Amino acid sequence: MPPPQENVEPEAILAVRDLSFYYGEFRGLNKVSLDIAKSKVTAFIGPSGCGKSTLLRTFNRMYDLYPGQRADGQINFHGSNLLDHRQDVNLVRAKIGMVFQKPTPFPMTIYENIAFGVRLYERLSKSDMDARVEWALRKAALWEETGNKLQQSGLSLSGGQQQRLCIARTIAVKPEVVLLDEPTSALDPLSTAKIEELINELKSEYSIAIVTHNMQQAARISDYTAFIYLGELVEFGSTSELFVKPKNQQTEDYITGRFG
Amino acid sequence: MSDHLSKQFDLDLEHIRTRILQMGDLVEGQLLTAIETFHTGNIREMQRVIDTDREVNTEEVGIDEDCTLLIARRQPTARDLRLVTAILRIVTDLERIGDKAAKIARMSQEVHQSCGQRIPRLPDLHRYGQLAGEMLRRALDSLARMNGEQARQVITADQELNAAFNAILRQLITCMMEDSRTISEVLDIVWIVKAIERVGDHATNIAEDVIYIVSGKDVRHTAAKTTADAGSAGQTPACR
Repeated sequence: MPPPQENVEPEAILAVRDLSFYYGEFRGLNKVSLDIAKSKVTAFIGPSGCGKSTLLRTFNRMYDLYPGQRADGQINFHGSNLLDHRQDVNLVRAKIGMVFQKPTPFPMTIYENIAFGVRLYERLSKSDMDARVEWALRKAALWEETGNKLQQSGLSLSGGQQQRLCIARTIAVKPEVVLLDEPTSALDPLSTAKIEELINELKSEYSIAIVTHNMQQAARISDYTAFIYLGELVEFGSTSELFVKPKNQQTEDYITGRFG
Repeated sequence: MSDHLSKQFDLDLEHIRTRILQMGDLVEGQLLTAIETFHTGNIREMQRVIDTDREVNTEEVGIDEDCTLLIARRQPTARDLRLVTAILRIVTDLERIGDKAAKIARMSQEVHQSCGQRIPRLPDLHRYGQLAGEMLRRALDSLARMNGEQARQVITADQELNAAFNAILRQLITCMMEDSRTISEVLDIVWIVKAIERVGDHATNIAEDVIYIVSGKDVRHTAAKTTADAGSAGQTPACR
């Protein structure tokens, strides 16, 4: 008989080891080590400026775009270190996609918003591309609303729809990991609920890491939560444990709203 | 513990804490009076205990509502969450203790009104009632001070109470066997003694909740289980 699911140590898709991050002279992260579990949702919480977005951005080398920023340590993904200079950053970003705080649709049609990224990595026939666009929009729970207006501009959609379009665009290239940087902070409660529902459905196929300012959101949707403060990983554990019985006093103060 | 960023959150939590402690005081007074009047036979005081039950019930509903509202408004986490969920359980235990006190008072009325002179004299009974009262006092103290050590003492004391219960039960059975005319009155006393024993169980529950608030450990059905087992195991021979 297989052992109960609870006791199985989750498989890590990303293994972060002794990760430090520097903005010029300023150290934004100090020797962070944690695992991002496969097919689970991991949330990063902490006050503004603590380094949680910085941590998320190292996972797909987003910081490469900015001179003067560098990372030390290891992020192991299928046996190779993502921080290695020889990594093909474009391939990394195809495997580890990202969705940002503000919806960022391209100024193109809804169809092209999705097809554009796919074409960078795959050569698909018209019918295969049509199928991929529909698949991605269905996955992102947007097909019902946009299936009959694929040639309209992506910018014509509402904020919540635009954010789901960005999620569709991210998963269209079939990544393994999806990074979400405060994906609902600019959305109304109903759109937020839809995105949260979507995250819950996506996690069976993708490993998800999410940065959120909304602690209740972390409590609602994540399996694991990391509390980061002043660039240090203060506490990391199962969400159910961390929100009921945190081990660290700083974590307790932060999640109960006693901080500062 | 430091304060919340939201002052109103502090006030809301403090309000619930104060209210549950006041309800504790009310129920404790009710219980002590009930136990005392069984010995003194003061019928009017017994009636007061029975009447107080309405007040206790109102408090139960009110505190329940406060807790539900706080969860809806504040989404408490960690220690705050444990406090609110524990208070929701404690309020039920206090209400039950109130019921037991009223029951003790009602049975005492019957015993004293029917034929007070045939009440068997049990020197242990007074001490036994006091012990249950002390357990409740200590459980409420541990709640007020958030003192886990004090709460543990309540759980230990429950074993003593259970042992005393068994001893008294045996004495009462002996009384009934020696003089069958006393059976009706002695049975009433059995209900009283049983009610007091249940008060000890509820006080133990409260103590377990305090330990949960303080340490996050759920000790129900662990240490308490052995207590309950010891109680029922010792009870069996007395019933035969």
